[in-house]
Amino acid sequence: MPFIRKTAEPYWNPYISGIGLGLVLLFTFLVMGRGIGASGAMTSVVATTANVISPQHAQANEFFRGYLGDGTVSPLKDWLVFEVIGVLIGGFLSGIFAGRTSIKIEKGTGISTNRRFQYAFIGGMIMAFGTKLARGCTSGQALTGGALMNVGSWLFMISLFAGAYAMAWFVRRLWI
Amino acid sequence: MNGPFFINGWIGEEASLIFALFIGIAFGFFLERAGLGSAKKLASQFYGRDMTVFKMMFTAIITAMVGLFWFDYFGWLQLELVYLTPTFVAPQIIGGLVFGVGFIIGGYCPGTSCVAGATGSLDGWVNVIGMLAGILVFGELYPWLESFYNATPMGELTFVDYFNLPAGLMVFILVMIALGGFWLSEKIETKMANKDL
Repeated sequence: MPFIRKTAEPYWNPYISGIGLGLVLLFTFLVMGRGIGASGAMTSVVATTANVISPQHAQANEFFRGYLGDGTVSPLKDWLVFEVIGVLIGGFLSGIFAGRTSIKIEKGTGISTNRRFQYAFIGGMIMAFGTKLARGCTSGQALTGGALMNVGSWLFMISLFAGAYAMAWFVRRLWI
Repeated sequence: MNGPFFINGWIGEEASLIFALFIGIAFGFFLERAGLGSAKKLASQFYGRDMTVFKMMFTAIITAMVGLFWFDYFGWLQLELVYLTPTFVAPQIIGGLVFGVGFIIGGYCPGTSCVAGATGSLDGWVNVIGMLAGILVFGELYPWLESFYNATPMGELTFVDYFNLPAGLMVFILVMIALGGFWLSEKIETKMANKDL
């Protein structure tokens, strides 16, 4: 494909990108009366999968039941699921236009690929657990709730930066 | 015609899903543009070398916050109809700390792991699979976690209600804090650029 560049373009200025993201968020509030999200879509996927494997088990669980609805429509026909499909498309396209979409593994120079995969998996598990406990992630809580001046969202945001800074020193060999 | 359009019945259920798709595309696009699909760039935030995460996040927050204030002021948007996640102090603080630890170990947050995966990072997909596993574990443990999950409730609560300040003043204070944060971020980046860790 001729429009794929050989060398990656530099990233945009973070403040410019931030204004762009902020306007997307503002538009979402105006149109939908809610903000953006990410982890909620993943929860819908997990609840749906659990429901396919064992409907009895999934529906006995109050947490999953909240994501399954009344059974008249698929739990995947959900606003956040469609939004996250969009995120995948938007990220892919932006990467293509800038010559940054390619098969790769992001890691520091000091660790093996296997190690990186193990940490990516474990980190994902821990992060998802925190997300569910806090009722949202960096999108649904920090960005959305941040803009709404939501007290709980700001507590979550400050805590997540504190947690990551506190842990950073111990895992510096993963990245540096 | 005032917002939120969906809640006020101006757009229907099916149309809202089309909006969801395009909002997602724009969201993913801007995340990737700024480099937030890269685990190394995200992690650099916590070593002071590249504060893009903070800068982009807080620029987005104050942009939307100031916009919401004026939309509400001019009556274009009924702010009281916008969904507000209720505050539960203890689980949100503990959840945030746990989230931060997972973030620096895995290198991504939920939205950015999707962008990473979409741009071909295999570690991004592994992180997504890890998250799905983590959500499953949380769900299975939910009966035991439920009382903590619902502990210390404060309902739908904003800083405007909590500090009992005019909304405009609260927005101004938070914008000033963010600008101070940007100034500090630039200083930290310069200072940490070549420091050995």
